[in-house]
Amino acid sequence: MTDNKLINLINITKSYGDHVVLDNLNLYIRENEFLTLLGPSGCGKTTTLRIIGGFENPDSGQVIFEGKDITNLPPNKRQLNTVFQKYALFSHMTIAENIAFGLKIKKKSKAYIQDKIKYALKLVNLEGYENRMPDSLSGGQQQRIAIARAIVNEPKVLLLDEPLGALDLKLRQDMQYELIRLKNELGITFIYVTHDQEEALTMSDTIVVMNQVYIQQVGTPEQIYNEPKNAFVADFIGDSNIISATFVEDKLVNILGANFPCVDVGFGRNKPVDVVIRPEDIDLVKPEDGIITGRVTSLIFKGVHYEMEVMANGHEWLVHSTDLFPVGSQVGIKVDPFDIHIMNKPESEDEKAVQLEE
Amino acid sequence: MKIIKNVNKSETTNEGGLHLSQAASIKWLSFPYIIWMIGFIILPLIVILYYGLTGKEDNFTLDNIALITDYKNWKSLLLALRLSVISTLICLLLAYPLALILRKSKMNSSSFIVLIIILPMWMNFLLRTIAWQNILEKTGILNSILRFFHLPALEIINTPAAIIIGMVYNFLPFMVLPIFNVLIKIDQNVINAARDLGANSFQTFLKIILHLSIPGVISGITMVFVPSLTTFVISTILGGSKVLLIGNVIEQQFRLGNWNAGSGLSLVLMVFVLLSMAIISKYDKESEGNSLW
Repeated sequence: MTDNKLINLINITKSYGDHVVLDNLNLYIRENEFLTLLGPSGCGKTTTLRIIGGFENPDSGQVIFEGKDITNLPPNKRQLNTVFQKYALFSHMTIAENIAFGLKIKKKSKAYIQDKIKYALKLVNLEGYENRMPDSLSGGQQQRIAIARAIVNEPKVLLLDEPLGALDLKLRQDMQYELIRLKNELGITFIYVTHDQEEALTMSDTIVVMNQVYIQQVGTPEQIYNEPKNAFVADFIGDSNIISATFVEDKLVNILGANFPCVDVGFGRNKPVDVVIRPEDIDLVKPEDGIITGRVTSLIFKGVHYEMEVMANGHEWLVHSTDLFPVGSQVGIKVDPFDIHIMNKPESEDEKAVQLEE
Repeated sequence: MKIIKNVNKSETTNEGGLHLSQAASIKWLSFPYIIWMIGFIILPLIVILYYGLTGKEDNFTLDNIALITDYKNWKSLLLALRLSVISTLICLLLAYPLALILRKSKMNSSSFIVLIIILPMWMNFLLRTIAWQNILEKTGILNSILRFFHLPALEIINTPAAIIIGMVYNFLPFMVLPIFNVLIKIDQNVINAARDLGANSFQTFLKIILHLSIPGVISGITMVFVPSLTTFVISTILGGSKVLLIGNVIEQQFRLGNWNAGSGLSLVLMVFVLLSMAIISKYDKESEGNSLW
């Protein structure tokens, strides 16, 4: 990844009738970046991708590609290719013809096309499938062909619209590694759309969390997970405890009546804030060792860990722990200072939009 | 039958999830139709086959079949073939662009246009054709309008042109609907994918949309061509006694009580229908697998 801005979206606004889909969106994508647009359905992530791909025109704003304004360029004139959600293979053509489609349009030589088909099939581990028809392939295989069909054109950017959405869990995980490998081998920019936070965390260099037509946070997977900017991001990325609290003073926050030391500074004095604590960051200890105490109300075995709910100071705390505390037992709750994330309460209209929908 | 099945392939395969017991009980529901089919399709066919291959004394003969070699009959068959090919082509040329537009238009307006296309079918076929007779007559509506503007009158009625107009008018919906049905089922993302891979809109049409719509075109052609080829009502009303199609010849034979001759000619016509359908579906199969690069 370089710092060179390959694509720049400036003040993009899009609405269908009265329904606003994107409101003044600004975003840039760097060369060789694996950027993921992440959000629930209807957050505008797919529309953003379609605007970059040229299938949708923004009502206002500009799409800049390598310094040139491509806002009104049709899709066939753009140096990027798309992998569609449900593969969108040409069902009346063989696999080889599908892959060759773009190259034949560009009038490449027969030998070149043959080479490219071979190369692409090898890249997606489907050698020997040249003469099969798309219908005879499984979903995962069809998806790989869709990727092969796109990358033979040597695009500078590959757009992927929830490409793994239709696959089952195991296959989806395999394909995630496959995509990371592909990206490294090709050395091109990937823009990936998904609503699956795990997919986003696994593959991305940069995650753009979107909700209700606004970008909520842009950052690396670690930043998004560890330092969510607001309650929506915290809740959308993994499980978390989001609790109303008071920021007493620098490095001290009052949560449900108990003072917890933290590492944050600069939120003022006695100011209402939201705190985010990841369930795996909560330590369950003997009642006398905890900052607050509570009672275990439910216990579920999740394989890697136990998921417990602890009722303490009027709040149901979600806890992930490898230690087992049976239902009904009294426990103490402790959190390391750097595991408490403080967020300002939403103030402006923009920020209100990010309030949880549930 | 096979061709129409093709169009619905995507629907039927999706509904294959019925339990066996359910499927068995549902099978009983087809019995009324099977009885209908035997009574009104299979038995009459056997009767026609019998009459067509026998003479007045119930003796086996091919004379009825051979009637087609009679100059008058052969001419009427060729004319019927020519007129139905022409009207099928006109229907195709009118219907395909219309279906394309319908596909692109917003859902509300497209269903409105489909309604307008189907609307004439709510009126009786005979009435519609007689209405055309009134329009095209020597002193009919069209010529009255022309006279009003001091333009020379047209002599369309009782010519092949009048019959073609009648065929196109009556059978056009049967071309539009199947084509529209396949076009609307084409995934927009498939079209987007072609554009994404560098095809301009014309190339996308030629290499993707046209190919994927062939089953609808085939079914439309069949549904226009076959009734056009066998019609005698349109040619009687709009062609007068001057233009005889094979359908009129057969009808006359039956009216004269000459069941054997009528059946024999019907069998010949049926062979031509089957032949044309075979040619069409052969083209269908060829285009299905390999693209026309």
